Amino acid sequence: MRLPKPRGPLSEQVFTELLDRPHSSPAPAADRADSPDDAALTLWALYELAYTGFDEVDDACEWDVELLRLRRDLEADLEARLRARWPGVPDYEGPLADALFAAIEAHDGPSLAAYVRSRASEEQVLDLLRLRTLYHLKEADPTSWVIPRLPAAPKAALVELQYDEYGGGRPEHVHSHLFVRGLEALGLRTDRGAYVDDVPLEVLEQNNAMSLFGLHRRLRGAALGHLAAFEATSSLPSRRMSQGLARLGLAPEMIAYYDEHVEADAVHEQMAMRAICEALVAEEPATEPDVWLGLFSCLDLEDRTAAALLTTWGEAA
Amino acid sequence: MSAPEAAATPDIVICPGGPMLVRGEHVVRAADGTEHRTTRLVSAICRCGSSGVPPWCDGTHKVLPPKRRP
Repeated sequence: MRLPKPRGPLSEQVFTELLDRPHSSPAPAADRADSPDDAALTLWALYELAYTGFDEVDDACEWDVELLRLRRDLEADLEARLRARWPGVPDYEGPLADALFAAIEAHDGPSLAAYVRSRASEEQVLDLLRLRTLYHLKEADPTSWVIPRLPAAPKAALVELQYDEYGGGRPEHVHSHLFVRGLEALGLRTDRGAYVDDVPLEVLEQNNAMSLFGLHRRLRGAALGHLAAFEATSSLPSRRMSQGLARLGLAPEMIAYYDEHVEADAVHEQMAMRAICEALVAEEPATEPDVWLGLFSCLDLEDRTAAALLTTWGEAA
Repeated sequence: MSAPEAAATPDIVICPGGPMLVRGEHVVRAADGTEHRTTRLVSAICRCGSSGVPPWCDGTHKVLPPKRRP
């Protein structure tokens, strides 16, 4: 992957310095960013150093203390904004898993999948898939950071879920690989970061929130709450995506990607709610508020992405 | 003193209002008589009767009125 185009003075300076390192020099301050886009893109690039990095950047930059200091400041700002939007833990009775499912059912946001099913043009669907590459090409990876930080019961369940995400031992079934096959069949690029220059702020934030939750042990509850919401809002929308792609006569490989998620995520949502989130909170009750934070943030961030895209397409969100 | 015995993880879990989770490899005979082999470590079998991909769950129970959920 190559570094993206800068979106302001902070990303411009950080990307220049990434090319210069490992020579140690102070990284700029987070407040050099002149827009939310500039800050979010910088944070996204700093996070990518922990995944697969950039072709032209020294791998040692992942643990460069100056860059980590900048990352911490950008993360603190992101976390504060996510917490500010969150309404808090709701009142509920009964099992946590049921309350989590109920909260998701009660949530009402704009649905890109519903639009794709009935109305989207081929070009709009391709636009959406380009934006989705930012996550789907590292699908499940942000949650894998959490595994060693969990007690036995949620750890075993999360590994079981991730094993399915990662193809059950068969590389050709790895979900991100199924997405690559769909992209290839549609004539889209399959290299990580290929479309990062095209993604709006909302998609960067969505991606950064997953890395924030996944990379901080302190936020393991949020990472798993996010996972639960993600899985529980996947089966039915994936069916709609599949139907929309079929309506437009688009590649069977991409339809197969969504069909796989209809079935897989009907399993994963149950595991995520019951065997993962509920099990974590049973052993570590202090993590419960963050489970709700992660759940809400997942829904809220997708709402913002959907609203932004529908507005771009000239549809009321 | 011996360590307390860990509770065995169930192979089949009934999810309230949702599917039946089945761990391991099985062949499931659907209501129409067709047979389907599980393909993942844990599979979700439809209990509401409204799945579009029977015998597997596809989450459809969540859009049924509560009274029609299993």
